[in-house]
This record gives sequence, structure tokens and C-alpha cells, in this order.
Amino acid sequence: MDKFELKCDELIIAGQPFKSRLLVGTGKYRDFKETRAAIDASGAEIVTVAIRRTNIGQDAKEPSLLEFLPPNQYTYLPNTAGCYSADDAIRTLRLARELLNGHTLVKLEVLGDPDTLFPNVVETLSAAKILIKEGFDVMVYTSDDPIIAKQLEDIGCCAIMPLASLIGSGMGILNPYNLEIIIENASVPVFVDAGVGTASDAAIAMELGCDGVLMNTAIATAKNPIMMAGAMKKAIEAGRQAFLSGRMDKNLYNAAPSSPTKGLIG
Amino acid sequence: MKIVINGREKEFEGGKITPNDLAQHLKITGKRFAMECNGQIISRSDFSIMYIKDGDQLEIVGAVGGG
Repeated sequence: MDKFELKCDELIIAGQPFKSRLLVGTGKYRDFKETRAAIDASGAEIVTVAIRRTNIGQDAKEPSLLEFLPPNQYTYLPNTAGCYSADDAIRTLRLARELLNGHTLVKLEVLGDPDTLFPNVVETLSAAKILIKEGFDVMVYTSDDPIIAKQLEDIGCCAIMPLASLIGSGMGILNPYNLEIIIENASVPVFVDAGVGTASDAAIAMELGCDGVLMNTAIATAKNPIMMAGAMKKAIEAGRQAFLSGRMDKNLYNAAPSSPTKGLIG
Repeated sequence: MKIVINGREKEFEGGKITPNDLAQHLKITGKRFAMECNGQIISRSDFSIMYIKDGDQLEIVGAVGGG
């Protein structure tokens, strides 16, 4: 891959081109100022947001996320975090579309268990079908089951986002083999969503051939979130370039010197 | 009249109120929000022409930080 080809290495989601392959969440930061600084350091163009009841009767001058992250500067990805049924997820995203002036790119996640936050794939499939029929571009959070991933693609999801490990756990990539199968079978972008703990996890995901990584907690709860955001940006770029470069073959138990074996002194 | 906003009962004078009037009352005019009445989304273009009535259940939502 030469320089020209790398320049053209755009990420396309639902027909929209993006330069950054790092997608970030906006939760768990100390304040909106830190949120903005970390997101800028990450270089992310797509930012996830949650849809929640507006605080009624509180300070009208209280700053809002939208003031710090103007929707015309970032691509918002409203999510359905906290939804445990297809109906709740659909309702949330319909409200999000109204809130964001007809915006259709969304992250669907339907959870199955409050302790593990594992996705309920049956409800996820059912919600995805309806949302796609209603014109949404659905990026879908799912388990790392290759069969379900394929089914979600077949019904029209624009991106498949399997977990690497549990949401917010920072446990890293637990099943790279399943992720490889999902990537191999997919003709839409695949993102690792959830579980990344540090920069090497992000690089491994990209080296496996993921099209990008979505993360929140690994950046927001780092001791220095802004520095970690920069580290993640580099890890995503390094992992992507390593994937495109095509790594050397592994020579198990078979050393090969890098220096000439001829012309040794003595 | 009594209406339920985001799970809390609120009392208003009179028998009906537009979403715009309600937003003004709640001091959220100018903020970005979406509104649902009895499970149906109210389009922004209807904010000045439709009426919220006694007993209606409203949800008013916005975007917050999340992953």
C-alpha cells in the first residue's frame, strides 16, 4: 500500500465518508470541557450520545452537551443504551431522529442483562428490522456470534459492531478468532464496540481487520483522558496501517537472522 | 389541568396548552429537545398549533453524554 492508497483509505458508513476510524462515546467525563478536549485529541468524527429525559425546572442556563459538541462539527450517533426491549429502542431512536432534525445514522443496542450488559440479540434483530424499514441507518451492537452478525447484515444494518468484551470492562479482546470470522464474512464495516481497555487493544482490533473501534470508558476513565485519547488515535492508525501492510508470516520455533550469515569475522 | 411530564405530575391553569407555551413555562425554549405526547412524537412544526390536554403524558428528551 503506497502513500496515495493510504490517503484514499476512507471509512464509508451508509455511503458517508469518514477519515477517522475511531468512534468515541461522550459519557463519564468530568465535565463537557474535558469531553470536548478528549474528543478533539482523539480525532474522532463520530460521537455517540444517549437520549434521556430533559431536566425540567432546573437552571435554564445550565450548559448542554450540544453547546460543547455542536452537531454541525461532529456526526452524532444517538444510541439506545439502557433499552432492554425492541420497543424501547425503537421509541428512543424515533425521538432521536426528531431531536436531531431527521438524522438517520444510529447505534442500536438492546441489552439483555443489567449485570453483564450482554446484548439481547433476538430483540436486537427485531428492532433492526423495523428501524431499517423506517429509513434508519443502523449501526448495531451485538455479541461476537458470527451467525447473528451475518443475519444483522443480511437484514440491512450498515455496520456490525460486536463486543470485544463486556461494556465498560476494559478486558480487551477476548475472542479474536470470532472477530476474524465476522470480519471475513462481512461486506459492511465491522467495528469493535465495547471492551477496549488500552491502546494495544485498539491496535489489535485494527490488525485483525476491523474497520474501526468504538470506545468510551477506556478514554474517559483514564487518569489523563486527553492523553489517552491521543494514544487511541495513534493505536487505531498504527493498527490499520499494520493490517494494510500485511504482516510477515509467523515462523513458529524457527528463528531467522536479520543480519547476513556470510562474512562473519573470524 | 394536570399533565404528566417525564413521569412527574404538573398542574397548569386552563384546559389546554401548546407545546410552545409549555416549553416557555419550563424555560426550555431555545434548547434542543424532542417531545412525545401519549407515545406519539410531536413534530416541531406542530408545536404552535396542537394542544396538550388534561391527563396527557409527555416525554421531553435531549441528548446527553453516553457511549
